[in-house]
Amino acid sequence: MTIYKFPNTDGANVKFASRYLNYIGGKWTEPRKGQYFENPSPVTGESFCEIARSSAEDIELALDAAHAAKSAWGKTSVAERALILNKIADRMEANIEMLAVAEAWDNGKPVRETLAADLPLAIDHFRYFAGCIRAQEGSMAEIDANTVAYHLHEPLGVVGQIIPWNFPILMAVWKLAPALAAGNAVVLKPAEQTPASICVLMELIGDLLPPGVLNIVQGFGFEAGKPLASSDRVAKIAFTGETTTGRLIMQYASENIIPVTLELGGKSPNLFFADVLDQDDAFRQKSLEGFGLFALNQGEVCTCPSRALIQASIFSQFMEMAVERAKQKSQPGNPLDTATTVGAQASNDQLEKILRYVEIGKQEGAKVLLGGARAELGGPLAKGWYMQPTIFSGDNAMRVFQEEIFGPVVSCTSFEDYDDAIKIANDTLYGLGAGVWTRNMHTAFRAGRAIEAGRVWTNCYHLYPAHAAFGGYKQSGVGRENHKMMLGHYQNVKNLLVSYDENPMGFF
Amino acid sequence: MNDVDGNGVSDGASPSRVSVTPAAAVWLGRLQAEHGPLLLHQSGGCCDGSAPMCYPLGEFMIGQRDVLLGHVCGTAWYIGGKQYEPWKHTHLTLDVVEGRGSGFSLEAPSGIRFVISSRLLSEAEINELDEPARGPQTSTG
Repeated sequence: MTIYKFPNTDGANVKFASRYLNYIGGKWTEPRKGQYFENPSPVTGESFCEIARSSAEDIELALDAAHAAKSAWGKTSVAERALILNKIADRMEANIEMLAVAEAWDNGKPVRETLAADLPLAIDHFRYFAGCIRAQEGSMAEIDANTVAYHLHEPLGVVGQIIPWNFPILMAVWKLAPALAAGNAVVLKPAEQTPASICVLMELIGDLLPPGVLNIVQGFGFEAGKPLASSDRVAKIAFTGETTTGRLIMQYASENIIPVTLELGGKSPNLFFADVLDQDDAFRQKSLEGFGLFALNQGEVCTCPSRALIQASIFSQFMEMAVERAKQKSQPGNPLDTATTVGAQASNDQLEKILRYVEIGKQEGAKVLLGGARAELGGPLAKGWYMQPTIFSGDNAMRVFQEEIFGPVVSCTSFEDYDDAIKIANDTLYGLGAGVWTRNMHTAFRAGRAIEAGRVWTNCYHLYPAHAAFGGYKQSGVGRENHKMMLGHYQNVKNLLVSYDENPMGFF
Repeated sequence: MNDVDGNGVSDGASPSRVSVTPAAAVWLGRLQAEHGPLLLHQSGGCCDGSAPMCYPLGEFMIGQRDVLLGHVCGTAWYIGGKQYEPWKHTHLTLDVVEGRGSGFSLEAPSGIRFVISSRLLSEAEINELDEPARGPQTSTG
């Protein structure tokens, strides 16, 4: 086990700058208005750097740089673009511990997760799309003996991307890798809660990309996000966040008639059929672990399995084991200790929102089986934003079953049979993720098809390979991320309809 | 404004589905002074999904299915029609905490964030409350 030193202390492997500017046209650029905001670490609750507070002028500068770069980048051969993405991946891999600690410090998540998931997945994402773009082919259709339809892929040009705070680097890379592979120039706005780790990444990889191909503009939604999302100089806008902002972004996009992709969260059901307990074996433990994943990333995951639906015949036995397991395995602690499984919530307001949800859950009659309060940690962590993993037992109509709490909180209820399970699973506004656990593959397949969600993890959960499509049904959003199909969200289709007939049609 | 539930105030006659804490009312006033009339829309989903979003009036297009929960400090507070259904048995109080916020809500740069506190509406309140108004309805005839 390793305990990493706090950044900027003696012997630490991460040294943050005292101030981060915007990254525009390959240069660190001061915000035009000269304003900055403080960036606290959730680990300690204390500010560790200043970040550019940008406005419309800075977005315009970044768009100027992106437009200047887009043609050359779009015409760069796919071999060359793929090579650059692979170089980015290699450099990230060579610096993985530094990036993992920087990410943990900026977001509050345990370094155990950034080392095992966030960074390896981000690195692989660049490699995956480097491979995809090399292998992508257009098509040719023979319309008749002398007429051919060619279909070619072209980049959109300049795209805007607004990134959430729960996986600051990985969510940025989910959007960047396909956009860059497809030959687009990007203006990206990180979340204001977690703006620093992407700057550390840019310091590391910035020189690998031609100036202007990737521009980072920091700031707040209304001041910097809106000018980006409403610009008539972006060909597409991608956003991960919540429903009201999602609607606002669609509204802006409608002014310019540009496409949007939106990932807006969910309230993912995790279904446990009775046979998971049939034997006291590895699969039983795997299922219980699948339940425990509600605490991954402190529950700040759009697909957090925050509704556990457990067959009534095993409900008591399952809950007893699940609560005991969570008690043992999910304890908040120092995020920079590789033994820690639960870190800090990303912001004070997030912690406050979680605590308020616990309150309404209790008022509605949900029983607290575990946790239910702020976690008080001592020493330098005393002012950090820690929450006890919390397990509720209640009814699917309760607010804690209907709204994404975005905390380490799972709401559990029982179902009688298969039909009841599917009815409860689909009784939600959202449809992003779901889990199904059973030893019966017929049940697993039927349930997976019947659940209205973009991804149904079957006898697994919280795996995010680049080669599996991710996105929502219902109010969880529009479009997909991951998988080579994602290239389609960042490309136009050019059809060349060519006649090789020398003779007139004889029609007009 | 009249005291509704001891922890906040609401515009108009009680009962109401919404209220505002004194601290949040101060911030609404400051934002009104800076940006003009405002609108609140209760978000759902991921990240900042359980938070109310505060916009300059007219920025966010209220749709025909949005539900008007009520007014706080003269500011209309809406929620999406589908989201209203699982929320309709609860009363929301606009509150404010230190934070970074997100989304496009106006207060975020000030280092504070609007949040909601919820409580169950009593049976008496539910009986007294009228069916809430919706967003602009246009005739299809």
